[in-house]
Amino acid sequence: MSTPDTLTPVLTDNWDQDRSWTLAAYESQGGYAGLTKALKMKQDEVIEAVKASGLRGRGGAGFPTGMKWGFIPQDNPKPKYLVVNADESEPGTCKDIPLMMASPHTLVEGVIISSYAIRANTAFIYIRGEVLHVVRRLQRAVQEAYLAGHLGKDIHGSGYDLDLVIHAGAGAYICGEETALLDSLEGRRGQPRLRPPFPAVAGLYASPTVINNVESIASVPSIIDNGADWFSSMGTEKSKGYGIFSLSGHVTNPGQYEAPLGITLRTLIELAGGMRDGHELKFWTPGGSSTPLLTAEHLDVPLDFEGVGAVGSMLGTRALQLFDETTCVVRAVLRWTEFYKHESCGKCTPCREGTWWLVQTLARLEQGNGSEADLELLIDQCDNILGRAFCALGDGATSPITSSIEHFRDEYLAHLEHGGCPFDQAASTLFATEEVPA
Amino acid sequence: MTVSTSSTTGDRSTIEDLVTLTIDGIEVSVPKNTLVIRAAEQVGIQIPRFCDHPLLAPVGACRQCLVDVPDGGNGRPIPKPQASCTITVAPGMVVNTQATSAVAEKAQAGIMEFLLINHPLDCPVCDKGGECPLQNQAMSNGRGESRFHESGGTKRIYPKPINISAQVLLDRERCVLCARCTRFSEQIAGDPFIEMIERGALQQVGIFDPDRDERGTSERPRGQSGTAAEPFNSYFSGNTIQICPVGALTSAAYRFRSRPFDLVSSPSIAEIDACGSAVRVDHRRGKVMRRLAGDDPEVNEEWITDKDRFGFLYARQDDRLTHPLVRNEETGELEPTSWPAAFAAAAKGLAQAESVGVLTGGRLTAEDAYAYSKFARVTLGTNDIDFRARAHSAEEAEFLASDVVLRNDVSYADLETAGVVVLIGFEPEDEAGTIFLRLRKANQARGTRVFSLAPYTSRGLHKMGGTLIPVVPGREAEAITDVASNGDIALDRGGLILVGERTAEVPGALRAAADLSRSTGARLAWIPRRAGDRGALEAGALPNLLPGGRPAGDPAARVDLAAAWGVESLPETTGRSGNELLAAAAAQEVRGLVIAGVDLDDLPDPALARDALETAEFVVSLELRASDVTRAANVVFPVAPVADKAGMFVNWEGRVRTFGAVFDDPSSLPDLRILAGIAEELDRPLGFRTPAQARAEMTQVGPWDGPRAEIGTETERAASSTTGADSTAGAFVLASWKQSLDDGRMQDGDDNMRATARPAVVLVNATTLAGLGVAAGDPVTLTGPLGSLALPVGVADLADGVVWAPASAPGASVRHRVGPAGCAVTLEGGAK
Repeated sequence: MSTPDTLTPVLTDNWDQDRSWTLAAYESQGGYAGLTKALKMKQDEVIEAVKASGLRGRGGAGFPTGMKWGFIPQDNPKPKYLVVNADESEPGTCKDIPLMMASPHTLVEGVIISSYAIRANTAFIYIRGEVLHVVRRLQRAVQEAYLAGHLGKDIHGSGYDLDLVIHAGAGAYICGEETALLDSLEGRRGQPRLRPPFPAVAGLYASPTVINNVESIASVPSIIDNGADWFSSMGTEKSKGYGIFSLSGHVTNPGQYEAPLGITLRTLIELAGGMRDGHELKFWTPGGSSTPLLTAEHLDVPLDFEGVGAVGSMLGTRALQLFDETTCVVRAVLRWTEFYKHESCGKCTPCREGTWWLVQTLARLEQGNGSEADLELLIDQCDNILGRAFCALGDGATSPITSSIEHFRDEYLAHLEHGGCPFDQAASTLFATEEVPA
Repeated sequence: MTVSTSSTTGDRSTIEDLVTLTIDGIEVSVPKNTLVIRAAEQVGIQIPRFCDHPLLAPVGACRQCLVDVPDGGNGRPIPKPQASCTITVAPGMVVNTQATSAVAEKAQAGIMEFLLINHPLDCPVCDKGGECPLQNQAMSNGRGESRFHESGGTKRIYPKPINISAQVLLDRERCVLCARCTRFSEQIAGDPFIEMIERGALQQVGIFDPDRDERGTSERPRGQSGTAAEPFNSYFSGNTIQICPVGALTSAAYRFRSRPFDLVSSPSIAEIDACGSAVRVDHRRGKVMRRLAGDDPEVNEEWITDKDRFGFLYARQDDRLTHPLVRNEETGELEPTSWPAAFAAAAKGLAQAESVGVLTGGRLTAEDAYAYSKFARVTLGTNDIDFRARAHSAEEAEFLASDVVLRNDVSYADLETAGVVVLIGFEPEDEAGTIFLRLRKANQARGTRVFSLAPYTSRGLHKMGGTLIPVVPGREAEAITDVASNGDIALDRGGLILVGERTAEVPGALRAAADLSRSTGARLAWIPRRAGDRGALEAGALPNLLPGGRPAGDPAARVDLAAAWGVESLPETTGRSGNELLAAAAAQEVRGLVIAGVDLDDLPDPALARDALETAEFVVSLELRASDVTRAANVVFPVAPVADKAGMFVNWEGRVRTFGAVFDDPSSLPDLRILAGIAEELDRPLGFRTPAQARAEMTQVGPWDGPRAEIGTETERAASSTTGADSTAGAFVLASWKQSLDDGRMQDGDDNMRATARPAVVLVNATTLAGLGVAAGDPVTLTGPLGSLALPVGVADLADGVVWAPASAPGASVRHRVGPAGCAVTLEGGAK
């Protein structure tokens, strides 16, 4: 049994504080110290520090954050922008919303330091509009930051100006794709843009733009405050630092567990008090529904970019959805696929039409109709979508299907033999334990 | 021919950086930044595609053109198949298309299968069936059998079709969402009235409609929101139908009319305006079924206006004249007769009338105009001929002789390369749609600066990124002179001046424009509205000009032409302009009139024209359809519509646009054949009977190489006279022009097209509106010399004392019911 020392609360450290979302509470724990320090540094020193820390994008793709900042052409006369992607919409992913809910100032401080580094005078946080409570907390935090002089003109006498705009999206999964997010932020319909030009060259309003995930930006103050070495002392060789692991599903204590990258699911489940009483892990997603699902045999895979990649999946957003043996994988995959069908933006053919068809094929299989040949059809449909779609969302839609057929082919066939779903669907629900004995 | 056919498109042999790559094992060198799909076309490899269009920005939406790239030019393969419509070539790149790569072939077949799952496959009842890129490419690059159907799939269905404008219908089931139509509207026409709405497989093309729901099956009562929907009323909307790669967009005009494989296609030239756009006429059993844009990169690229596309039914109206008619002197009725009898009757009447003048209108082919010009000079012995069936002046005639005829030094290509373009009395979107598209393209792609001397910033000017140089109607001459010293415009040798025919309404303006061109070095082009105007000018259908730009007042020119024509001499008497001719007829100084294709209401003084027709002893009318002239004529000849004859138009560039006859109807005679018949009866023959013979003679006669006429004293006198209608107390000056879609007779027959015309509205500035005590959208009453008309009011950046109203809106014709442009009008709030 691991000790609680396995956890490394940094971003989540102040969440248990009384009214942790207020500026007073944040500053009482040393908040905005990183900003004070950063404003005394040269901009390029801040970028170098982030590069040296080895911080990789926390939104899923894991692109080195400092390198991304370095792509901004500083000789471009247009204004530079920082855009924070807070459109957290992936099924299972639930790290940014709690972070902004509990400690919005961590993000705001990160935005100021990051904008300073890339010489942006305007920054945006694009947040999904459904989480109104979080939007309000962020808005209040920005207001407090302005009043305290952390934002606005001549921040703390440094001569640096920054305006921060909170923009609420209208609720489209595609707007989490960075170029679609930019279109949406510009007031257009959110659909991914053709690249090149890349956002670093021509992003928001055709100007150089850095787009980072909430958690990436929120990690910046601690890196500046504690040093790049401190940050890179955590994690694994190529996946430095800590991250929030979001455990959900059939686990005793679901929630946010902040730990160094490279921790295993086995350790995390232990920390979360084990699987639901009397049940065993059947399958799980390492980083949201778009990452190919894994099974109990992958419990000891190090949860870093390389480790998860090596077993054919992706670290993604560390959204660990845990499903025990009561769950029908076909049913779970169909639900996810319905999500992708509903959220496909419609721009490209394979994602738009492919998800429409996948749902129908899967639904037939779940009902016990169809034949084994439909599995080959599904795999072929996925083959015709994967790598053919305009953006990564089409690819993501195929992951649960291909991985579930790989790991649970027999379960698909069982639906055909059984003439429908062989599972007791009620048994997988959270209220299943409350059932009255006969 | 009187105008050389050489184009001035400039030397394009600039050495471009070539990139060499290999496609399907074939090495090809193309300019850098070329898209792979274009490079493949160079070596004859056709990659299937839907969203890709060479004149639209790449989008990569349909994914049909996926190819395998085993070497991206850097020695490394690109792991995923690439959309060849968005990836540019690189040196050493290796591309394998469906022809040589199993990966590309499967990727394409997979996309095609996806495209078809929600497609209704209703090809047997679809207008596009037989000429459908989806149908064709599904055959060439798709799977034979549908696995979707086999697997029990259910298609997405919609009610169909829905109107996105009165003319354009949308069948959402057929749509493959390539976004060509929406991209055309945004990128080319600048009319983004259609856009993709909804998402996923329910994504669809839509218009702004507050009462719709996502499937368009709303039970909600229409208009519930209180906000009106905004249909796809673009002057260029028909192009979206043509570039739609499936049968999703159809026109009310052509829907269910015929099958493409039953059509015969003939190339032709649009007779609607002076742009000279190439069109393709599709016809079946002697009837034009539709018209499409021709592909002419130097002129209209692949676009035409809706008028060019849908405006062909005028030739099939019930009032079309079919037989020669001669008025029975006893009954006073027009009676059908034979062609020889009609020729004889016309000849006899004209001979008796002795003094005869000719009005030709602006719709003639150059050959027909030449025939009228020669008929006037040789057969009738007069210089009394004028093609200008609109406001005109002596100054204009001189300007045309000195600065326009025989010139062809400004081309469409020049519009794209000019640094600055100054528009004078010219609204390109309304008056020459193809020029509008080119100027917009120039502005979008190269930042060409457009300045317009106009009363207000029109939608068209806004879309061209243009700047208004505000002028009060009547004061254009001063404003033009001021352009030379305007540092913001900085007009110089790299600039162009486009002068619209309306400039003739203003004394001194054309002279000022010619001076501006001379003082700045900027080249000047004159843009008439009608297809035949420039050809008529070259053919000498003007009192002061003979064919080939020969000045009628120059004895040497007359001798030269007389020799070419084999006649002893040509009339020396100075000819009368159209206005003078009508006045002379009304005063019985001229006793006979030959009138061709003139709408009396287009003339500056329609009342005078009617008076002249009543008074004239003998009137010969050559017309397509019965008109006011028919009612007064003694002999009426039906003439062939453009589709029935070969000929040429000379467009605003001076570019000769020849076309063949679409139909071969022996009973449908071109004007020149009829004139030849009359001339022969009068024993003063024209020497030709067919367009080909006329063209041969025109070539032989050739252009004048002597000195050009100078813009003269006549003009100076006019310029010094008082200009325009000075506004008296409480009165406004009326600014007005004809919009693209209006009540013109050549738009008759397609009510759906006419329904997409812009709603008539009176424009005033904000101060005037406040003074009227009404809000925008409320009715106001405009009163002028002809009467009053109530129209909704709108706001624009007009000068104080100026009001704008459309000259010829369907059902609200200001030129008929209020007065001509430049007249004094009054304005009152409310409908009186």
